[in-house]
Amino acid sequence: MNMELSRRQFLGAAGAGVAATALGAFGFGEIEAAHAEAIRAFKLVNTTETRNTCPYCSVACGVILYSRGDLKKGEQAEIMHIEGDTDHPTNRGTLCPKGAALLDFVKSDTRLRYPMIRKPGSDKFERVGWDEALDRVVRLMKDDRDANFVEKNDAGQTVNRWLTTGFLAASATTNETAWETYKVVRSTGMLAFDNQARV
Amino acid sequence: MTNSWTDIKNTDLVIIMGGNAAEAHPCGFKWVTEAKANRGARLIVVDPRFTRSASVADVYAPIRQGTDIAFLLGVINHCINNDKVQWDYVKAFTNASFIVRDGFGYKDGLFTGYDEAKRDYDKTSWDYVIAPDAFAAVDETLTNPRCVWNLLKEHVSVYTPEMVERICGTPKDTFLKVTEMIAECSSPTKVMTSMYALGWTQHSKGSQNIRAMAMLQLILGNIGMRGGGMNALRGHSNIQGLTDVGLMSNLIPGYLTIPKDQEVDLETYMSTRGFKPLRPNQTSYWQNYRKFFVSFQKAMWGSAATPENDFAYDWLPKLDVSGYDVLRIFELMHEGKVNGYMCQGFNPLLAAPNRKKLTDALSKLKFLVTMDPLDTETARFWENHGEFNDVDPSQIQTEVIQLPSTCFAEDEGSLTNSGRWLQWHWAGGTPPGEAKNDNWIMAQIHVRLKELYRKEGGAFPDPIVNLDWAYADAGAPTAEELAKEVNGKALATVYDAADPTKVVAEAGKLLPSFAALRDDGSTTSGCWIYSGCFNENGNNMARRDTTDPDETGAYPKWAFSWPLNRRILYNRASADLNGKPWDPDRKLIEWDGTKWTGYDVPDIAPTAKPGEVGPFIMNPEGVSRLFTRGMMRDGPFPAHYEPFESPLSNLVAPNVRGNPAARVFEGDFKQFAEPASEEFPYAATSYRLTEHFHYWTKHCRTNAVLQPEFFVEISEQLASEKGIAAGGWVRVWSKRGEVRAKAVVTKRIKPLICDGKPVHVVGIPLHWGFTGVAKKGFGPNSLTPYVGDANIETPEYKAFLVNIEPVAGPAA
Repeated sequence: MNMELSRRQFLGAAGAGVAATALGAFGFGEIEAAHAEAIRAFKLVNTTETRNTCPYCSVACGVILYSRGDLKKGEQAEIMHIEGDTDHPTNRGTLCPKGAALLDFVKSDTRLRYPMIRKPGSDKFERVGWDEALDRVVRLMKDDRDANFVEKNDAGQTVNRWLTTGFLAASATTNETAWETYKVVRSTGMLAFDNQARV
Repeated sequence: MTNSWTDIKNTDLVIIMGGNAAEAHPCGFKWVTEAKANRGARLIVVDPRFTRSASVADVYAPIRQGTDIAFLLGVINHCINNDKVQWDYVKAFTNASFIVRDGFGYKDGLFTGYDEAKRDYDKTSWDYVIAPDAFAAVDETLTNPRCVWNLLKEHVSVYTPEMVERICGTPKDTFLKVTEMIAECSSPTKVMTSMYALGWTQHSKGSQNIRAMAMLQLILGNIGMRGGGMNALRGHSNIQGLTDVGLMSNLIPGYLTIPKDQEVDLETYMSTRGFKPLRPNQTSYWQNYRKFFVSFQKAMWGSAATPENDFAYDWLPKLDVSGYDVLRIFELMHEGKVNGYMCQGFNPLLAAPNRKKLTDALSKLKFLVTMDPLDTETARFWENHGEFNDVDPSQIQTEVIQLPSTCFAEDEGSLTNSGRWLQWHWAGGTPPGEAKNDNWIMAQIHVRLKELYRKEGGAFPDPIVNLDWAYADAGAPTAEELAKEVNGKALATVYDAADPTKVVAEAGKLLPSFAALRDDGSTTSGCWIYSGCFNENGNNMARRDTTDPDETGAYPKWAFSWPLNRRILYNRASADLNGKPWDPDRKLIEWDGTKWTGYDVPDIAPTAKPGEVGPFIMNPEGVSRLFTRGMMRDGPFPAHYEPFESPLSNLVAPNVRGNPAARVFEGDFKQFAEPASEEFPYAATSYRLTEHFHYWTKHCRTNAVLQPEFFVEISEQLASEKGIAAGGWVRVWSKRGEVRAKAVVTKRIKPLICDGKPVHVVGIPLHWGFTGVAKKGFGPNSLTPYVGDANIETPEYKAFLVNIEPVAGPAA
């Protein structure tokens, strides 16, 4: 029997404090009980489990996020562990060296935290608020669109396109984000629209 | 993928060519291991490098990068010459018997109709003979010399094992061994699967690489079968979804297309999209195009899209060129014709080719907006990082706005995996700082832009101010609201087309599937192929039932597989003309006398009789295509073309350089090394490592520890010729730029003998840049040429020329 797995399944139901006794009662030998006792308290007790999928390649392995705090209850939630989802038909709990280190992505030092603006010619980013950043984005968009929108081509055909600004969509956003992005981008008449499928 | 990851366990033979699944898709590759362990399946790996996949292969065949078509047409030639063809399948389920027009031909590397000045073809002759009854003419005896089968036989005859060895550098005995293993799968009870990735797409003829294998799989009768199929291993978690939802210049969600300038109204647009069947009794499912299109327009513009205004047809932008793909956009940017650019989770400074050109192009922008969870190189293209980004910020006038977005763990919604499974995931953590999810960011952009147009007026505001935006919180649509919109709903009660007394969907309800879509404006659907994903049964993408009847690997109640929860595409072709499975041990669906039943959702109308209705229901022919008519820019059959930068001239067409139909911008041609260049004598290729994902994981400490530093990989022979020590520093340069790296001298790469001459391969992994926690380094795009595939413009990353020399390392 897989010691680690059995321990996890059991503890999920009973909590950490009774682990050694219960393992004994389940018929494990003294060595295993001693081993279990030597292990620090199971750190995932009282965490919230959330089902997710690995954001890297398209095998789309199932993962479980363990967090302190529960978003569904309106709490702040800090993810403290990520592991493979044993119920998932494709990966059956396994993860590769990338998926196994997902927590380092979530907690990376180079995660972005605040909107930033780099002014022309400047050698640094400066922190701004969301309102300032977004208002600046739509001002730049509108000024360019109003100046360069093409309603008709040389032959007089209605073409309603905007070619001087482009949008590059990604490869890991959700389908729902993709659909919303499609609506927002196409409604402006943008044609310079692409995603990361090619690279 | 036509099949799914879990279906790979059903195969007899895996061929990994144009990919390296053990390294790049490790947990999916597990299903290859399952097939080997439990079925005695065998594995063939064809690759320039002895990869991690090759290390567990039964046969490894080396090949020079960029010569896959010569290899595959060589296999087809062998199968035809040795009667290794699943004849019943080929005759009934492919267009082998269709007769091609007299004008069509192929000579010296070119098909008929080539225009050298335009680098394009007049494809008029690339078509069937249409009989007076308006159907394509066929010769079921395959004796007509102009039928597809005989033209194919002639076309592939040049690719003998000897020619394959000369072009590809694959030793003849190895090629023949591989070919014989593949040819065994022409038996109805032996099935091969093809697993490929960017090793096939990143070529100037990438689409034709894939076609060549698809043709082989049809000749062997392996499409539609459990354990068979064409399995594209997509590189990123939702790049299948982003493509399905049509976030590309020329697409509308669900593989509909953006109109061209001359398609001035809806009727003109529809006039070339009728998809009339080309053979009697055929389904030709695209005949429903108008229903999909009108329902999309209704999803976009709601009540503002009316029959009177052609359902707001004029509000879609019209295309004057084939598309504004990323290469064309950066070309225009480089010419100073683009003012603004917005990157949503994409790092083009490292992902697009010819880094120098990209930096110059971005520096000409007025503004750049990035949305990303990580600090990308693109967002900091203006910042000096010594040799790794040698720019002068004071000379770059681009305003850059960097918006922090959430990552997967803080976001909810569905991703579509390689096997077309739409899987829902939930948020588990609070985002850092003020990071916001993409739905919020895009909504804020729309709402604020709309407000400006309402206040100020401006250029053609109609499509912006009328965009359907009925979310509970206009500034923050939820994933569920958007998913329901993608699925579609009934605006008025929808009745069964065959029986008007039956209600298909009540007004206001979610549609059961795309079969309920109508072209009169009474239905909506953002992306028709996804319809059924979130209907009145609930969120089918969130299903987690692991039931798998008879352990076929289908898992029909896990998540949702598009289209219609179908797990294996073309599954009708798994049964013979009478509807009986070709292989009783691999039953997928079968005809019970009145309808199709089995383990999967039939890929055909449930009551379509076998022998009448063909299995390839999306094609007007009803059969699959060995000859693609005028549907591809570079030919109805694949042909061998060298990469634009190649150590050899084209041996079968010496006067043709590169792919003759690939688009090349003027300035870029001057930046290609000559064929068989002495200045750039080595054949380089790019690849991934298992410890890293693209340019993301260099931000992750564990991965940065596992593979901390950029390197290039060369053979012991090349190292010895150039005096390069293992672990020593080298300079690698192409006609476009240079990189410095440590040399990994390895037995995994060996010189190939092509046309009697040694060709040395230089391997260049991606993954390093100047942000993150790994050591600073370069990407292969400092070296690669600015040219893409003729059909879809995927850059030629896998085959280019470089030179290499030992250099002193940086001062310690």
